[in-house]
Amino acid sequence: MWDYAPAPQSTEMVKLKKRYGHFIDGEFVEPEGATYFKTVNPATEEPLAEIASADEATVDRAVKAARKAYETVWRDMPGAERAKYIYRIARIMQERARELAVLETMDGGKPIRESRDVDVPLAAAYFFYYAGWADKLEYAFPGAKPTPIGVAGQIIPWNFPLLMAAWKIAPALAAGNTVVLKPAQTTPLTAMLLAEIFQEAGLPAGVVNFVNGAAETGSALVNHPDVDKIAFTGSTGVGKLIQRQIAGTDKRLTLELGGKGANIVFDDAPIDQAIEGIVNGIFFNQGHVCCAGSRLLVQESIHDEVMAKLKTRMATLRVGDPLDKNTDVGAINSAAQYKRIQELIEVGVAEGAELHQAQCSLPSTGYFLAPTVFTGVTPSHRIAKDEIFGPVLSVLTFRTPEEAIQKANNTAYGLANGVWTDKGSKLFKMANALNSGVVWGNTYNRFDPTSPFGGFKESGFGREGGRHGLLGYLNIG
Amino acid sequence: MSNSYQTPRVPAVDQVGVEERAARFNTRSIKKGAKLAGLDMAISMIDLTTLAGDDTPGKVRMLCRKALRPSATLETPQVAAVCVYPSMVKVAVEELAGSKINVASVATYFPSGQTTMRERLEDVKSAVGDGASEIDMVINRGAFLSGEYARVFDEICQVRAACGDAHLKVILETGELHTYDNVRLASQIAIDAGAHFIKTSTGKISPAATMPVTLVMLQTIRDHYLQTGKMVGMKPAGGIRDTKTALRYLIMVKETLGDAWLNPDWFRFGASSLLNDLLMQIEKQHSGHYHSSRYLSIS
Repeated sequence: MWDYAPAPQSTEMVKLKKRYGHFIDGEFVEPEGATYFKTVNPATEEPLAEIASADEATVDRAVKAARKAYETVWRDMPGAERAKYIYRIARIMQERARELAVLETMDGGKPIRESRDVDVPLAAAYFFYYAGWADKLEYAFPGAKPTPIGVAGQIIPWNFPLLMAAWKIAPALAAGNTVVLKPAQTTPLTAMLLAEIFQEAGLPAGVVNFVNGAAETGSALVNHPDVDKIAFTGSTGVGKLIQRQIAGTDKRLTLELGGKGANIVFDDAPIDQAIEGIVNGIFFNQGHVCCAGSRLLVQESIHDEVMAKLKTRMATLRVGDPLDKNTDVGAINSAAQYKRIQELIEVGVAEGAELHQAQCSLPSTGYFLAPTVFTGVTPSHRIAKDEIFGPVLSVLTFRTPEEAIQKANNTAYGLANGVWTDKGSKLFKMANALNSGVVWGNTYNRFDPTSPFGGFKESGFGREGGRHGLLGYLNIG
Repeated sequence: MSNSYQTPRVPAVDQVGVEERAARFNTRSIKKGAKLAGLDMAISMIDLTTLAGDDTPGKVRMLCRKALRPSATLETPQVAAVCVYPSMVKVAVEELAGSKINVASVATYFPSGQTTMRERLEDVKSAVGDGASEIDMVINRGAFLSGEYARVFDEICQVRAACGDAHLKVILETGELHTYDNVRLASQIAIDAGAHFIKTSTGKISPAATMPVTLVMLQTIRDHYLQTGKMVGMKPAGGIRDTKTALRYLIMVKETLGDAWLNPDWFRFGASSLLNDLLMQIEKQHSGHYHSSRYLSIS
């Protein structure tokens, strides 16, 4: 046996403070009398820092700062000047990439390989991309006279803390808006580092503000009368709540919510690459991905072959210390999420689906789960309907393209699907018939700043990324 | 035989996907004990090769001595084989007598293979007759590219018969097959025809071995094993010059085929300059710094 020796990523470049407040009007602030909550490293269960929880008054302070910056600095700044700041932010993110990646992994539990090779470079790429649009907005929508909306309230999830901040902030700034953003409660730390980067870049005070906290903070932001636009990424349940809360106001809204994506594998697919796509589709970021390929739809004739190969491949996945450079699957983000996934696995077993888990030794502390696959799943199983948001794959079969379309679309969600076939005409036919914002052909979980991303049905509305991503932050008059 | 041969059905290969997967192996981090074990393993898998028009008995003897004792100062394994042209087999056999190192010979009118079947078979028989225990043949790329798969299969079968007890490595010359789909099919044909090893390249054509091409071949070997329980060996050749690259290949073999393939019976590197780079790295692991290449014997 040739075993890889531990290859731990050093954490010495990360300088953690004991306590974090908020980032308002260009300064880090800790309001008096604030209550604090802890953010925990899910791989060790050790607390990393204490974070202040923003009440209504603190949110109001942040919105006021954003309003002032909007009216006095940012709105009227020439696009080319705004672009300079955004480019500068992107470059500093690249310079501090290692620090960002290590902190992202410590706070969220994702493997360092992913935060280093995906999250951080991609986050910087979104800033670079939208910086380029800042002085070309009139060319983005020919004939229109695009103007910014105002103050954008943004709420982001814990699965890609830095990347989601980039998806939200970069287009908002390029379009001339100012921002109050609430990071997720379990993963606030990279946003605090991003705030340092904004200071380093000389971004004018108040253009971007961060308020930390849980649901109450989010609610205060959503209901603040001086916020012009809400952009939310998170669960469908909370998305519906927000939509109800802002009904009757003139706030603009974009929602990027849950998903139950189907990865559809035909018998003429490039099988070995499809196996990689299945693994990437459901085990990337421990399955904490809204567009995860959490349902595998495999053509009946190749079901056994695909399952045999998938199990062989799963046996090579390395689960454990997220800071080890050779780890493929890290820690579940929080105790609460771990419990929810376990419960849904129990539901799957109780419903009679066949459970297969990768044989791997898991660390004794931390929230670790073995990569899991259920076979014999039908559309009436709960594990085929509910978003599990964990490393759990439900395998269904189909016989014809029509049946695959029917089953793939048989969900309340409509975020992403994947199609695997060597036949181009079939690929395009499927892509047109699938009800989802994204259809990947012979790949999965591929993101690029130039490409719009977003959902249909209960996966939300509005698009992030690409030229379309600007629309959520502009009035087209 | 040709009339009854059915071209095997092989899975399609997606170029983007296979290249992405191959690149993933490059992100593995091999440290300390795992690195030292990997370096020794890589040395033991080398087919130390000289295939030049100006090869002389003296040069081949020098290479054999290097194979027997790669370093004057470090304790390392011996290499797996010395690989020479048929005309040099006798010299190598004599020099390596009494050792476990195999003598491999490229036959079948390497590297082009462009002559009659009768002469290619004679080439093999003469190398085996002179004592080569391994034969590296080239497939008929012209026949493959014109769709004469049965002929390619048939010729490999004939060479395999001519090898007698010698092991057969079948060189696909992937740089002349151009597509991954072709590599996958050619690998299957060679395996079906009885190859002990499949090998990427002669080293005379660019590109020679690459990670994605090797991955496609490894996946063919794995599928054959899953279906029949029979193992086939793999030899990437050409272009693998440094330790970092060699370790990446070992990672790819481990994660595609498993540890059972991680020994010279089932995996070889066709290389010459790789050996000294491995020795430099071993010295670095022991002493903490690189020494000058002056301390290494040429090979």
